[in-house]
Amino acid sequence: MPSTIVTEEIELIHSGKGPGGGNFSGDGGDSGDSSGATSVPQRAYVTGMFIALAGILMFFMAFVSAYIVRKDMPNSAWIPLQVPRLLWLNTLVLIASSFTLARAHSRFTAKDEEGFRHWWATTTILGILFVAGQILAWRQLAAQGIFLATNPSSSFFFVFTGAHGLHLLGGILALLYVQFRATRKVTRGTAIEVVSMYWHFMDGLWVFLFLLLYLGR
Amino acid sequence: MSSHAHAGGSTVHAPMAEPSGFVRKYIFSVDHKVIGIQYFLLALTAVVIGIVLSLLMRFHLVWPNATLPFVSGGQMSQEQYLALVTMHGTIMVFFVLTTAPQGGFGNYFLPIQIGAPDMAFPRLNMLSFWVTFLAFVSIIAAFVVPGGAPISGWTGYTPLSGLGEITGPGEGWGQTLWIVSISLFCLASLLGALNFIATTIDLRAPGMSLMRMPLTVWGWFVTAILGLLAFGVLLAGGILLLLDRSAGTSFFIPAGLVVNDQLQAHSGGSPLLWQHLFWFFGHPEVYIAILPGMGVASHVLSTFARKPVYGYRAMAYAICAIGFLGFMVWGHHMFVSGMSPYSGFAFSVLTMSIGVPSAIKTFNWLGTLWGGKIQSKSPMLFALGFVSLFVSGGLSGLFLAQPAVDNMLHATYYVVAHFHLVMGVAAIFGIFAATYFWFPKMFGRMMNEPLGKIHFWFTFVGAYCIFMPMHFIGIAGGIRRYADASAVGFLAHLQPVHQFMTIAAFITGAAQLFFLFNFFYSLKFGPKASKNPWNATTLEWDTDSPPPIDNFGGHYPSVYRGPYEFSVPGAVDDFIPQWVEPSQVARVK
Repeated sequence: MPSTIVTEEIELIHSGKGPGGGNFSGDGGDSGDSSGATSVPQRAYVTGMFIALAGILMFFMAFVSAYIVRKDMPNSAWIPLQVPRLLWLNTLVLIASSFTLARAHSRFTAKDEEGFRHWWATTTILGILFVAGQILAWRQLAAQGIFLATNPSSSFFFVFTGAHGLHLLGGILALLYVQFRATRKVTRGTAIEVVSMYWHFMDGLWVFLFLLLYLGR
Repeated sequence: MSSHAHAGGSTVHAPMAEPSGFVRKYIFSVDHKVIGIQYFLLALTAVVIGIVLSLLMRFHLVWPNATLPFVSGGQMSQEQYLALVTMHGTIMVFFVLTTAPQGGFGNYFLPIQIGAPDMAFPRLNMLSFWVTFLAFVSIIAAFVVPGGAPISGWTGYTPLSGLGEITGPGEGWGQTLWIVSISLFCLASLLGALNFIATTIDLRAPGMSLMRMPLTVWGWFVTAILGLLAFGVLLAGGILLLLDRSAGTSFFIPAGLVVNDQLQAHSGGSPLLWQHLFWFFGHPEVYIAILPGMGVASHVLSTFARKPVYGYRAMAYAICAIGFLGFMVWGHHMFVSGMSPYSGFAFSVLTMSIGVPSAIKTFNWLGTLWGGKIQSKSPMLFALGFVSLFVSGGLSGLFLAQPAVDNMLHATYYVVAHFHLVMGVAAIFGIFAATYFWFPKMFGRMMNEPLGKIHFWFTFVGAYCIFMPMHFIGIAGGIRRYADASAVGFLAHLQPVHQFMTIAAFITGAAQLFFLFNFFYSLKFGPKASKNPWNATTLEWDTDSPPPIDNFGGHYPSVYRGPYEFSVPGAVDDFIPQWVEPSQVARVK
């Protein structure tokens, strides 16, 4: 006999200490919260992120398939791009950020708020460092006279790094939001899970794009 | 009597307060029902514009030298004709066939039919509507910018679309606005698709298993998956095209291209690459337009034949199969593009294999009708019309799917006739069926039956009068984008056929006034609708007409059975709604 329509998954009860807490309740039980009828099960946000990542993957794969086709065109005028060395360092920074993020996540699970905030902030800083590094790499290329329209290889380089960088900026904003703001409809646990999914995906995507740019020149 | 009392297991919440204030309630609303109606009205506006554009084209084809008051210079130029072609196609495909069935009816009825209070992400829903609206403003703005609307067709083929003003009027600002509009539309559709999928997966009422979902929900669900996987690809293509136009890159523009005696400074790009990216989206888009219509047709046929959908499971699987195969056939739009005959063969076989799930659907529709107590109400007529047009339009697809035949028919009116019947008019009939069927639920009043029937017969006969002869013009070699075929020797003798089609088009177009009048008159003066005027079985008929803000007025339904339990042997009533508990079903003694 079903007794509830909306069964929220039991989330870790964790009252956010951040400012602007409002009347957010981390209560994951089946008692009606203030939003009453509109409460959405927390798993919907995880599902939503999975779906979003599928869409984002298709978006990038369209670029990737264009890259592969365009590179091997007859008379493609393709001059392989010397990928800036700095990208190796950036890649390491981004991979490291995934580890610090996993660390933050496990600190959160262990209810160690201090530890969580520490590692979460570290992840954010590494993310910002990565984006800064990417911009630096762009400037290095520009200094060599290589711009978006210089050659198809450079066009793709800027498209890949630009599109990925924009997506990563979104991730940084989400990291900052979780660090400094209390979420309303989403429990903190779900928010952390969803942001982590996105961040790890962007990390993996970058490693793939980097290998493509480096090995698939 | 079967009881329509609410099932004992449903949960009661305090009813939600409606937002106060006009803006929050009707403009920036997060209520999926308001957003659905916003999408619907957007599509209604778009379809009126789209029809006017098509009538102008039909007029020009028959009277190419007529003086028109609103055209600068009096006579329509060939470029202006091409602009009409482009804008008609773009507006109809994106802002009508994609917007009305999915954004409109899907938004309104998917949550209600699965027993949810709203979409999973209401604000995202609002955002996707308003981004769609911006996309619409952007495409309409293309009419009034210097140079006017673009001329490269709804497919925006490169290099024509990639070089700017030099390739023709409308290829400057107009084409840029076109790309911006399409990209915004992609973004909005991605957000919408995300919402639809998450809602269907996670917000179904207790007892609403996948195999108890109405086929409409299956249609919207699979359509959303197609949209999720397809729109991102077009968005990527749109970004690359924009870069080619404005940043001097060479993704799609080949080297050594001379336009108007000027060598273009691009190197080694591939126009075919654009076609691949476009059609990888473009073919699923066809199913994005038609799958919701298939769902509506199944739903309405079952309700008005008072019979369960024949082979429900097969119908659900066929929708999935069509969606799946839809991603593997984009190359059949490119048979004459010079691609390898081997890939042409593969695309051909895969394309024809879509005939299998399509045939399953058709036979099951007929099986649903077989021996039913058919009630010829307006929604039923349009659902029957849908089946008819889907078959007529789909069969010519089997010819076009064969590269050898397509070599002759490509870019002729045969193709135009094919896709207008199967994707255009059939999908429009799905939209009409949905409108007549759900109008009572959406607005609390009934539409006028006699007017609905008049509308149906004019539109049904009219559509065939327009598009059947068009096949023959295509077979005779009529090229589809010629602005003035009377000037071409071997086509001049086909002008009487064009005249017939144009007259049919004007009559059919005028007949839509019956619908518009019926729609707006019934909004205000139609007889009040009861909760369940069609004696239907799915959850939207368990709530008031129109539904309260949280859909079920503080209680939530549980689901005890499949969606189409009509004429169940042994039951007193000829329908048992999904929300009725087994113990409450009245049985014949």
